[in-house]
Amino acid sequence: MKSRQGAALDRKKFFADPVMVVTIVLLTVLLALFILYPLAMLLLDSVYVRETTLVPLESVLSGEAEASYGQDKATGSRTVKVVNNKKTEQAISLDDLSGSYGFLFASNGRVLKEGEEVDPAATFVKVNASYWTADAFPRIFADYTFNRAFFNTLQLGMITSFGAVIVGLLFAYVDCYVRVKSRVVKKMFDVVSTLPVVSPPFVLSLSMILLFGRGGLITRQLLGIYDSDVYGLSGIAIVQILTFFPVCYMMLKGLLKNIDPSMEEAARNMGAGRWKVFTTVTLPLMLPGLGNAFLVTFIESVADFANPMMIGGSYDTLATTIYLRITGGSYDTTGAAAMAVVLLGITLVLFLIQKYYLEAKTAATLTGKASRARVLIEDRSVRVPLTAICSAVSAFVIMMYIAIPFGALFKLWGRDYSLSLKWFQQLFRDDGFKAFGDSLLLSLIASPITALLSMIISYLVVKKKFRGKAFIEFVSMLAMAVPGTVLGVGYIRGFAGGVFRTGFLQGIYGTGLILVIVFVVRSLPVGTRSGISALRQIDKSIEESAYDLGAGSAKVFTSVTLPLIKDSFLSGLVTTFVRSITAISAIILLVTPRYLLITCRINEFAEKGAYGVACAYATILIAIVYAAIVLMNLCIKYFGTSRQLRRKESD
Amino acid sequence: MAGKEKKGVRLDHISKIYTDPKTGKPFYAVNDVSLDIEPGSFVTLLGPSGCGKTTTLRMIAGFESPDAGEIYLGQEAINALTPNKRDTAMVFQSYALFPHYNVFDNVAYGLKLRKVPKAEIEKRVAAILELVELSGMESRMTNQLSGGQQQRVALARAMVVEPSVLLFDEPLSNLDAKLRVSMRTEIRRIQQTLGITAVYVTHDQAEAMAISDKIIIMNKGVVAQMGTSEEIYHHPNSEFVADFIGEVNFLSGDIIEAQGDSCTLSIAGHPVQVANPDGFPVGKQCKVVLRPEAGILGDSGALPCKVVLSCFMGAYQNYHVMVGDTLVKLADYCPVGRKVYRVGDTAYLSFREGCVHML
Repeated sequence: MKSRQGAALDRKKFFADPVMVVTIVLLTVLLALFILYPLAMLLLDSVYVRETTLVPLESVLSGEAEASYGQDKATGSRTVKVVNNKKTEQAISLDDLSGSYGFLFASNGRVLKEGEEVDPAATFVKVNASYWTADAFPRIFADYTFNRAFFNTLQLGMITSFGAVIVGLLFAYVDCYVRVKSRVVKKMFDVVSTLPVVSPPFVLSLSMILLFGRGGLITRQLLGIYDSDVYGLSGIAIVQILTFFPVCYMMLKGLLKNIDPSMEEAARNMGAGRWKVFTTVTLPLMLPGLGNAFLVTFIESVADFANPMMIGGSYDTLATTIYLRITGGSYDTTGAAAMAVVLLGITLVLFLIQKYYLEAKTAATLTGKASRARVLIEDRSVRVPLTAICSAVSAFVIMMYIAIPFGALFKLWGRDYSLSLKWFQQLFRDDGFKAFGDSLLLSLIASPITALLSMIISYLVVKKKFRGKAFIEFVSMLAMAVPGTVLGVGYIRGFAGGVFRTGFLQGIYGTGLILVIVFVVRSLPVGTRSGISALRQIDKSIEESAYDLGAGSAKVFTSVTLPLIKDSFLSGLVTTFVRSITAISAIILLVTPRYLLITCRINEFAEKGAYGVACAYATILIAIVYAAIVLMNLCIKYFGTSRQLRRKESD
Repeated sequence: MAGKEKKGVRLDHISKIYTDPKTGKPFYAVNDVSLDIEPGSFVTLLGPSGCGKTTTLRMIAGFESPDAGEIYLGQEAINALTPNKRDTAMVFQSYALFPHYNVFDNVAYGLKLRKVPKAEIEKRVAAILELVELSGMESRMTNQLSGGQQQRVALARAMVVEPSVLLFDEPLSNLDAKLRVSMRTEIRRIQQTLGITAVYVTHDQAEAMAISDKIIIMNKGVVAQMGTSEEIYHHPNSEFVADFIGEVNFLSGDIIEAQGDSCTLSIAGHPVQVANPDGFPVGKQCKVVLRPEAGILGDSGALPCKVVLSCFMGAYQNYHVMVGDTLVKLADYCPVGRKVYRVGDTAYLSFREGCVHML
């Protein structure tokens, strides 16, 4: 075959479209800088140490710490040669006190001025050393705290995922297979499946404490138990299962809907009972899907920061341990970085299995649509118990949510159950307005950026061919597998001293901008995924015809693609807003006192035990999020594509 | 389209290589194709699926880039131009109308991109909609239209920008049979009215014959034959072309005598006189291309045969006869008043003069 003239022409055509080229380059740089780079810095930090040690000048001068003091006879300049404990040799000139490698400090920490009298006993030499090391990992694996956290994380992940998948499967089965007569029950299922999307991450933990804690309404007031302890594994596990099972429910529901009922009817026809059909037909068909749901939950559970933080008590997970390492007194950055790498490793491996193995398998076993509607199970012996269990779970979840506004309205939870607005008053007397203002502002900035970016990425990934496409797709999806805490630590390590510690972009550290960037990065995978699936449904020739009629890539995108995936854009907008305003894990590591965020305030007050104010914050937050979602649905209804098309069809 | 110079399309040794997704091996989707499409003519690329016709069309539009060769629009080499910079407009198989625009906005799309003044856009859209007989439907959304109407919007949208070349990618394959027939007449009428150069891709031979000035038959990436419908039907240059266009029978025979532009063939042992315009020599093994309507059954003639099937089809009497070991399908049009042979009858087959062709 001859040389590929076509490839050369394709390249030429590609570069004839500067807008697209610039977009792709820009995207690649942004993704590399704000997703890959911080993670790379974490990896680097765990194997490359930069540390500063203070060596008493006295010991240096007397030669104790393998140091030698010399004076150049000719110039008269005095130098100290220090071999520090890492065997790195440093020559310190005592004349040039502001040299790049060392400063002299007086005992009170003041940097000595040039020419100042030096008292060797009260003066320290600051030695900067940097070296590669492999001992961070062995060190943390030998560390009791880490080991416990590591074990706890996996244990919690297992329990939560099993629980969430089973509860989710139960709900999905009842929804798809069983005739539920009561409308109320159906409605309840809907509410329960959307609540966790709406709710800030720690709301369930908060109400768990309120209802079942030491002063809990149910444990203490109703049951008279005075030493109930919700803090720890069982508390987190329950809260996480309740938080994550709706995701499993939605995933499994989609799968069950795609199973062709005639397969099960064939099995029934050949003499299998319902249970037999379930175990020999339905379950095996769903197995990859169940595995998928399991892993997704596992990743979420392992990455969860807020719930273990609030209700974990002494049961530390990796996410909380890393946070404590960073914010606590020890400031062991290498150790924290190594832990973050371990946590990232866990989620990344699971993510890769889930994305590249199970998703393909799920698609392979269940292809196509059910040929017709399923005959729902009427049998009372199946219907009644299953419906009852699901209703009980739903009622429980709803009760947990109702506890929050009441937590804000009761005068003093646990003692005085009279209604009052004093917590709300306190909230607004405090910094309430600022917290809501800041949170709203930052989230509102992040939403359109994310929505637009994810639509652009999906457009490029689905409709365009170019080198580096795989990179853009993978990295924007990768953020899904990165726990917030890990990302937070990565940003600290990556941007605190500027990019590669050169000071470049250092300005964004500690500002609102870096918070917005984190919001964007955290929501990008969700938006991109929905954009990609929306775009896959659009006939390629629609865009080709616009292209053919004379529109460049940018014009095709704005005049054809974007209007066609408006729904996806709108939902990306709101999803980002909701995720941002309820985010805590990465943010809590990066926020500075300049910005007060609602979630951080809730965490603060809850930690202090000021549940009234925490509940007041949470109540308003839920209201805002709920309003945003209602608004989105209205927008989609009145301005969305599907509505547009529906209306025209009915004309 | 006054004032605009008509342009032809020239393909100069065009090849396109794809990689087989199953084996990973490269293969020629289009192999060294050269075409010269005259300005204002209607040319159809016809062939079975996978023959490279759509790839060729998409290379003219610019969606695919040729791996060898050069494409000219008029005198201009356009290989490196992106689709939006080429003066072509394509009508897609799925119509590819913009579902979020109404009919007017769909048709006006290309004009707006060309920054045509608003008043002129309205004038030109109105004119083109009248031509495709959709006046008054400007504010309809595309999904309120029938398939045929959508097809006409797609046509109007492509034509309104007055491209040098109109490209059609199986535009009628989503319509039902009856509509397909009336739409192809429509397309032909509009193309003639505007005198625009058109390249049309289809796998439907009747459509190709009804619509084109010239048909290009493609097979496995190469041009098998090009010519008018008559040339291709009556003088196919290969078994593939003969077989692809219309029904056909092949009768093998050896030339036993040749004189001038006629010769005597021995078919199944019987001598038959056939025209020999190509001057095939004596001794050559030939295949006679016999269309079903070109054979006549009678009580006397050159080739004795046995009737194995005879049935009345309305317009014609359908016969299957055995000539030696070869099954020959025949169609006797308007059989009223003529003798109808029954299964088992022995008859004689002769060829309608000038209607058979030798390969």
